[in-house]
Amino acid sequence: MAWLLVFVETALFIALAPLFAGWVKWVKCWLQNRRPPSLLQPYRDLAKLFRKRPVIADQASWVFEAAPYIVFATAVFSAGIVPFVAAHMPTAKIADLIVLVGFFALGRFFLTLAGMDLGTAFGGMGSSREMMIASLAEPAMLMAIFTLAMSASTTNVSQAIDWVQQSGLVLRPSFAFALAGLIMVAVAETGRIPIDNPATHLELTMVHEAMVLEYSGKYLALMEWASQIKLMLYGVLIANIFFPWGIAHDFSPDTLGRGFVAIAAKLALLGAVLPTGETLFAKMRVFRYQEFLGFAYLLSLLGMLSHVILEVN
Amino acid sequence: MGIAQQTIYEQAVLFIAAVVVFTSFLMLAQKRLFPLIALFASQGFLLAVTTALVAYDRDYPHLYASALITLFIKAMVIPWLLRRWIIQLDVHREVESLLYPTYVMMAASALVLFSYYIVLPIERLSTLASRNALAVSFAVVLLGMLLMIARRQAVTHVIGFMSIENGLFFAAVTATGGMPMVVELGVAFDVLVAAVLFGVFFFHIRSSIDSLDVDELNRLHEVDTR
Repeated sequence: MAWLLVFVETALFIALAPLFAGWVKWVKCWLQNRRPPSLLQPYRDLAKLFRKRPVIADQASWVFEAAPYIVFATAVFSAGIVPFVAAHMPTAKIADLIVLVGFFALGRFFLTLAGMDLGTAFGGMGSSREMMIASLAEPAMLMAIFTLAMSASTTNVSQAIDWVQQSGLVLRPSFAFALAGLIMVAVAETGRIPIDNPATHLELTMVHEAMVLEYSGKYLALMEWASQIKLMLYGVLIANIFFPWGIAHDFSPDTLGRGFVAIAAKLALLGAVLPTGETLFAKMRVFRYQEFLGFAYLLSLLGMLSHVILEVN
Repeated sequence: MGIAQQTIYEQAVLFIAAVVVFTSFLMLAQKRLFPLIALFASQGFLLAVTTALVAYDRDYPHLYASALITLFIKAMVIPWLLRRWIIQLDVHREVESLLYPTYVMMAASALVLFSYYIVLPIERLSTLASRNALAVSFAVVLLGMLLMIARRQAVTHVIGFMSIENGLFFAAVTATGGMPMVVELGVAFDVLVAAVLFGVFFFHIRSSIDSLDVDELNRLHEVDTR
C-alpha cells in the first residue's frame, strides 16, 4: 500500500513538474509586462517534441542516445526520494540527502558527456561551464545539508522534517544562512538568472542550452522534462525542509489531501519568488560565477559556524 | 542549554549576533566605499537593536540609553561624516581592487573558528544565556583587524577600526549586560572624536601624498627609486 503510494506520488511529481515550470514562466511574463503563454504550454511543447522524429548525427556514440534516458531516470529517482506530499514514505528509509546530491551528480555527469559527445564547440563549452558551476555549487549545497544534519542529527529528509516541526518556531541563525545558501545553489544548478538564462539561445551566455543543442525529438523532450523536474525538486526540497508545516505524516486520504494543498501553495509562492529575483537581477559574466557561488558557500559555512558557536552548548 | 530552550528574545540576540558577523564578512568583500559605509551603519543599527533587546529581556533600563547613543552615533553620525568626507575627497567612485579575495575569506572563516576556540573557556565563567555570542563579538574584532590588514584605502582602515569597537561593544552587551553608563558615554564620545580626527588625517594624507592609499606611505619621497 505504502509502495503504491510512492509510485503515485512520484508520478504526480513528474506530471506536475511542467506545470510548475509553466507557472514560473507565467509569473515572469506577467512581471515583465508581456502576455504570458498558457500554463499548459510546457505540456504542449513536450507532446510536440515526443511526436517528432529525432535526428541524430552519424558520429554520435551510444552515450548520446543513452544520456537522455539516464538524465531523466536520475531525475525520476530523485523525485521518488524527496518527500513531496507526505513524509516517511518507504523510500525515505533507503536514501537520504547525500544520495540525492549523488543522483544530481550522476545526471549531470551524463548530461556533460552528451554535450561533449559530438565534438561540437558549443557542447564542449556548455559542458565545461556546467562542470565549473557544479564543482563550485556542490560544496555549498553539501555544507548547507551538513548544517541541517548537525542541527537535526540526521541526514534523512523525513526525520529532519519531523525534527523541524517538533522544535516549533525557533529563530535559528544557521537555518537562515543555510536557506539563503541553498537558494543560491538552486538558482545556479537549475540554470536561472543570474547564472544562466533558460529563455535564451544567445551563444555566448548559454550553459544548459549549449549542452542539449544537438538533441531533437523525444531525446530533447526527455532532457527538458528532466530539467523541469530538477527545478521542482529544488523547490520542494526548500519548501519542505525549511517550511515543513502542512506535510502529511500518515497516509489517510484526508491528511494527504491537506499535504497536497500545502505543498501546492508553498510551490506557488516559491514559483513567484524565483521569477521576481530573475526580473530584478541581470545575468552575470561567466567569470563572476565564482563570486556568486563562493558567496553561497560562505553563507552555508556561516550557517555551520553559527550552529556550532551559537546554538549548541 | 540549546537555542530551542531559550526565550524568543535570547534567540533574537543570538540571531542578530550571527547577522553581525555576516556583515563583517560582507565588509571584507565590499570593494566600493558607499556600500561599505552602509554595511557599517547597518552593523551599528544591529548593535543598537541587540542592546535594546538585552535591555528589555533583562530589565536593565540604562541599556536603553546606550542603545539610543549607539543608534545615533554609530548608525547615523559616523556614517554620515564618512560619507561627507569621501564625497569631499572625491574618492566615492573609486573601486578598490581586493588582494587575494579568496584567501582573505578563508582567513576570515578561520578567524571565526579561532575565536570560538579561544573564547570557549571564558564562556564557562558567564551565566547569561547570550554568552555564546561572546565568540561572535571576538570574531568581529578579529575581522575588523583583518579588514585593516587586507586593505590599502585609508577610509576602509577607519571602518575596520570602528568595527573593532563594534565588536567590543557587542561583547560587553551580550556577555555582561553592558558597561557602566559613565564608561559607555566616554567610549561613545571617544569614538566620535576619533572619527573627527580620522577626518582630519584623511585630508592631511591626501594633501601630502595625493592619494588615500596607505601603501604610498611606505616610500620616502627623497629616496624614491621608482
